[in-house]
Amino acid sequence: MQRIKRTSKTRDFHQAKWNEPIVFELHQPGEKGVELPPVNEQIVSAVGDGVSVIPDTMKRNEKPNLPEIGQARILRHYVRLSQETLGSDFNVEIGQGTCTMKYIPKINELLIRDPKMMELHPLQDEGTVQGMLEIFHNLDLCMREISGMDYFSFQPSSGTQALFTMASIVRKYHETRGEGDQRDEIITTIFSHPSQAATAAVKGYKIITLHPDENGFPDIEKLKAAVSERTAGFVVANPEDTGIFNPKIKEFTDIVHEAGGLCFYDQANANGLLGITRAKEAGFDMCFFNLHKTFAAPHMCGGPATGALGVIAELRDYLPAPIVEHQDGKYSLQYDLKHSIGKVRSFHGVAQTVLRSYAWIRALGPDGLKEVAKIAVLNNNYMYHKVLAIRGASAPYVKGHRLEQVRYSWEQMANETGVTTEDVTRRMTDFGLHYWTSHHPYIVPQPFTLEPTESYSKEDLDEYIHALEQISKEAYENPEIVKTAPHNSTIHKMDEQDFLDDPEKWCITWRSYLKKAKTEC
Amino acid sequence: MSQKVHPYIPNMVPEVQAEMLKVIGAESIMELYSCIPDELKLKEEMNIPPALTEYELRRHIEGILNKNTSTKEYVNFLGAGCWQHFIPAVCDEVNQRSEFLTAYAGEPYEDHGRFQALFEYQSLVAELVDMDVVNVPTFDWGQAASTSVRMAARITGRKKILLANTVAPERSKIIINYGTPELQFEFVEFNTETGAMDLTDLQAKLTEDVAAVYFENPSYLGFIEVQGPEISKLVKENDSLLVVGVDPISLGVIAPPSQYGADIVCGDLQPLGMHMNFSGGQAGFIATRDEVEFVQEYPSRLFGIVPTVKEGEYGFGDVFYDRTSFALREKGKESVGTQTALWGITAGVYLALLGPEGMQEVGQTIMQNSQYAAQQLSQIEGVKGSRLHSPFFKEFIVDFNQTGLTVKEINEKLLEKKIFGGKDLSEEFHEFGQSALFCVTEVHTKEDIDHLIQSIKEILTK
Repeated sequence: MQRIKRTSKTRDFHQAKWNEPIVFELHQPGEKGVELPPVNEQIVSAVGDGVSVIPDTMKRNEKPNLPEIGQARILRHYVRLSQETLGSDFNVEIGQGTCTMKYIPKINELLIRDPKMMELHPLQDEGTVQGMLEIFHNLDLCMREISGMDYFSFQPSSGTQALFTMASIVRKYHETRGEGDQRDEIITTIFSHPSQAATAAVKGYKIITLHPDENGFPDIEKLKAAVSERTAGFVVANPEDTGIFNPKIKEFTDIVHEAGGLCFYDQANANGLLGITRAKEAGFDMCFFNLHKTFAAPHMCGGPATGALGVIAELRDYLPAPIVEHQDGKYSLQYDLKHSIGKVRSFHGVAQTVLRSYAWIRALGPDGLKEVAKIAVLNNNYMYHKVLAIRGASAPYVKGHRLEQVRYSWEQMANETGVTTEDVTRRMTDFGLHYWTSHHPYIVPQPFTLEPTESYSKEDLDEYIHALEQISKEAYENPEIVKTAPHNSTIHKMDEQDFLDDPEKWCITWRSYLKKAKTEC
Repeated sequence: MSQKVHPYIPNMVPEVQAEMLKVIGAESIMELYSCIPDELKLKEEMNIPPALTEYELRRHIEGILNKNTSTKEYVNFLGAGCWQHFIPAVCDEVNQRSEFLTAYAGEPYEDHGRFQALFEYQSLVAELVDMDVVNVPTFDWGQAASTSVRMAARITGRKKILLANTVAPERSKIIINYGTPELQFEFVEFNTETGAMDLTDLQAKLTEDVAAVYFENPSYLGFIEVQGPEISKLVKENDSLLVVGVDPISLGVIAPPSQYGADIVCGDLQPLGMHMNFSGGQAGFIATRDEVEFVQEYPSRLFGIVPTVKEGEYGFGDVFYDRTSFALREKGKESVGTQTALWGITAGVYLALLGPEGMQEVGQTIMQNSQYAAQQLSQIEGVKGSRLHSPFFKEFIVDFNQTGLTVKEINEKLLEKKIFGGKDLSEEFHEFGQSALFCVTEVHTKEDIDHLIQSIKEILTK
């Protein structure tokens, strides 16, 4: 037997390609996907067909035009589609910076499928859901330790919804103090998530966006110029999406407080901070964590998720109701919150995510949480060092260490080769890796944001770095291979005609496609 | 001090750390934190219990969960926005697939399957509601309704929203918080005998500043609003838009609102294959016609089908991305982000499994079972099985006013008989006094219902 040579630094990869039809094309009249619980004959005798009571104008006359497909064929179709989806369970998911893609412990997935979790109705008598309420309360206690805040709500079901909830609390707070009309501005920064600005605008605020100084820090002079008696609040991430931590953050919150505004903290970028520094000491009145990011709940193709929202004691009564309380060994739901903004999501939020994150925290303990932060920062700085050595790559702003992520730039490579960050996105697919450019607007030219989290080994990081090196090499030597990528993916490059932005051409559903695409191209 | 390497953190291995620090040119990991001022660094230890091994963790969590009593153990008649339905095993199999579970924001290339599954979900729901555009799902029905009325306000350039007074009160809270301060809300009265909207009141309130009228069908109180066409006519005469919320599992038997004039339809996907999960199964959808003035107002992602450079391949991408907050920050339409994509995929699987026959059958069975329960309840002295004189779907008001007992008392006693009774309406709808909202679906057997009837009889005779 000879040794089989395995010397390639990049992975020889090809993604699953099933070329699946659209589910409607699987239609075979008469086939059946599942049998439903039957109706009891005695019930039929007692009430008849059940549907004659619906007046003709309100009856559905024609059955919905759904496909008829046998069970095994449906399963096969969806399993194939799943195989054409690059989950974080099997790729080195470093390329989705700001989203903290980390290992999703399998034990937690097993725990959430306990019928005593899965089959609970949210309105059951409190006595029958003491365990569930205990988990909500226990996670609340842990989050208080991590943030320094006094109460948590798990009702907001994403980071965006938590931001919206905080903007709602800001409005209610100032209204309660008779300053609702006067305070109509919210200040944010350009390197914060777009939802900070967007949700505050939904709540009727005028947005003031601070741009960074030459070193990438939010500019304190610009903040001083921005605050006034119109300031309702200040919302910021720290570190921002650049991975740069603003060391003057306490001065920022002091300035805003002095002007009468509230400070709320987007902790989407908290993974490098657990046990290191907290919202409270930085002077924030509220903060939120994405449980599906820092606290290891899965992203599920984009939710359901949780934006765990913490507030200082003074703001407790503004939270969306109910919150969980613990007294004399009993857990209860407290609906009576004097200034409550009402509700942002039905019932209690995404309970499975609450359970997963509680389990994750308990699996790590206080020392493990701090290790998460430290290794996330170690991994990022290792990566930072290596990426800066790649031809054509750079990381604008302050030199020195970054925290858990870095926003890089391919500006030089794009200028020298014509290969853009979008081209790199498609080419990374060929190596079994995901790569995301960055949120708009592209303040950093040709951006990409990498966040290697604590979950990845040095070898994993090296694999990702080698792929970037390879693409840079190709860009300088054979740019066409990058520009025409992907080559090893499920599909080829999409037709660049205006199929997605032209109302005459876009097809958002199969029925719409059948109407619009009448002739073969 | 040597520390145990945690299974979730491979680079805790000291030798690896040393090697990495050398590459970085740092002495220690804490040196990497030099950007954080000392006064902001946490001095004390976090008061969190020490780490548990996987086995200990399982014992710990299961120990806590064992304090719960689930709807598998007791017979459940609670609905009110979260409903117990039959969930085909294939739904669970697909949404537990590691690939879907752990994917997130991949591009249309490496996540082709995610894009296709969500495009198919949009397409399947589109058939159910008989409309051409459906969004990638949002948080829940409350959010879907909130966004629907904001879309209507942007389309019409008007600021007032009329809400049926029978809209779920908790949902109204979501809608009102989401719309305030930009929109003004006013409630339209209803007939307390039938639940139907008071058309005289509607007409009086339909002023020229009304952007939309929103009602639910079937309503929160279970009755079917049979005046759909009449309401639609009045709304259209006022150049306002009609927004209707639906329970999608009813649409195999009840006309989709688009067929009686709704411009925007919204609702919750939870009945279509999601476990209740103590409310973690909710997911909202929005549907409209394929008209640019509607499509451009969606804040959500909308996946569209496109050809690739290779003949015979389907590709997918974001339709009209430049309307979103991802593209435009505060100038985008509302906001977008992580919502409930996996439940969208699951709802698609559910609809593919049930097909046209199954959706009709499940709707019919729900109507038969719930009518039987109401009929039997009415035969108990002092109990009115259905307080409202209207056809209903799945839920109905049970009137206990003549029993001399409060709903709270009855529910406490039902609990002793291993039954979760209906939702107490005495706080939300004073006009019905001691009444409760009962939910009966295809999962309830005749024995379950008879057990309820027998139990209430026993409670009342004591």
